[in-house]
Amino acid sequence: MFTSIVMVVATGREAELAAAAAIDLDGAFPAIVERYGRVVYSTARRLSVQAVDAEDLAAEAFARAYAAMRAQPAERTAALRLRPWLITITLNLWRNQLRDASRRPVTAPLAAVNDPPAPGADPAERREGDPRLVCALSQLPEAQRVAVILRHVVGLRTSEVADALSCPAGTAKSHVFRGLAALRAALVEAREGTS
Amino acid sequence: MNPSGPLARRDMTAALRALGVEPPSGFTERVLDRVGLGATADRYVMVDGPVGPLYVAFNARGICHVVTAGVVGDEPGGFEERHRARFGRGTRPAGTPPTGLDAALRSGRSHQLAYDLGGLTGFERAVLRKALDIPAGECRPYAWVAHQIGRPRAVRAVGSALGRNPVPVLIPCHRVVRSDGRIGEYALGPELKARLLEAEGVDLEATAALARAGARYLGSDTTHVYCFPTCRTARRIGPAHQVRFRGSAEAEAAGYRPCRNCQPAKWGA
Repeated sequence: MFTSIVMVVATGREAELAAAAAIDLDGAFPAIVERYGRVVYSTARRLSVQAVDAEDLAAEAFARAYAAMRAQPAERTAALRLRPWLITITLNLWRNQLRDASRRPVTAPLAAVNDPPAPGADPAERREGDPRLVCALSQLPEAQRVAVILRHVVGLRTSEVADALSCPAGTAKSHVFRGLAALRAALVEAREGTS
Repeated sequence: MNPSGPLARRDMTAALRALGVEPPSGFTERVLDRVGLGATADRYVMVDGPVGPLYVAFNARGICHVVTAGVVGDEPGGFEERHRARFGRGTRPAGTPPTGLDAALRSGRSHQLAYDLGGLTGFERAVLRKALDIPAGECRPYAWVAHQIGRPRAVRAVGSALGRNPVPVLIPCHRVVRSDGRIGEYALGPELKARLLEAEGVDLEATAALARAGARYLGSDTTHVYCFPTCRTARRIGPAHQVRFRGSAEAEAAGYRPCRNCQPAKWGA
């Protein structure tokens, strides 16, 4: 019950911001960055390995969103579901970056891009939640990792996760389910490994 | 506490939710800067310049970027892209031009405008500030600029710095020419440089002819002052009183003194 009230309120504010952006983009955009900064940055941070790359990714996602809203008709902006839209932009940018990185000759091993950091290695990370969970999450296969991040770190609905992944809702659900199971297994292993 | 600990679904999803993280401080401002909405954002206007329309970008510190419409086309997107490519920040249209711009374009006197030359080296700023000293309708050689800023051997570097001028037309790098009478380089193309000089009343043919004849300076046999040929003082010398010199050594040996306006330097030939 509480959850659905929160979602109605969120949708109300989201619709307000979209409508405001349709009328005066430059006026509304700072409020959009304030409101969705956490969600976009969290997505980027959990997808990317390094905090500095995450900030760049998140900032670029907002820049693309701004350019898109500038270019498209006002009615389309007013109808935007801002939160899933911004996250989809972030996800697509992240995928493009990975693809570009894999095409360029690498000076550092490509494995460094996808390898999880040693838990607790980055001081900034220690403030960011259970390091073993972060590590286990970063080791999931991509589809499951993205699905779990969008569904549970960021809090999108399953239908929104499916949109972002361009897959049917059932597939999105199963990615989340398998991702959670894999995380559990990894944490059991980690716990038993240290005991 | 659930006996499965962190593995229970509710605890797991709560732990995942706790992995959400606030962006670093200043994130919003950096995003706004990136799209040109930050507090110190660049804005731009399109104005009529001496040889065609100009895009002029400026911020609270001053004018930072000038491009001729011919180079980027009439669509503002072209200028905005070029601005972002050069400065790494956005810009958007302004309602009014910066103070003094219209008057400067009409009079050709742009010395008094505020400029934002941040991002340039100290040397580059010195070169451009010296170019600002050159009055409309007059020219100076690259070597003159180098000598005036205390770097007499840095003539090529002066040329490069002028080539990187982010605010051409207003900072008149077009008034810096070669000593041999050839017009020299220009970031926006030598044809535009020639048109700008002609629009200011420089007689390019006569100037080139003098240079080819080896007449680096003109003097007046009434005042015994010697000048660069385009100096306003030199232009007032009547043909009957005009004397030509190959260099400052020759002029000074003949008892002439350097003009205070154009300051021909004691260097070179």
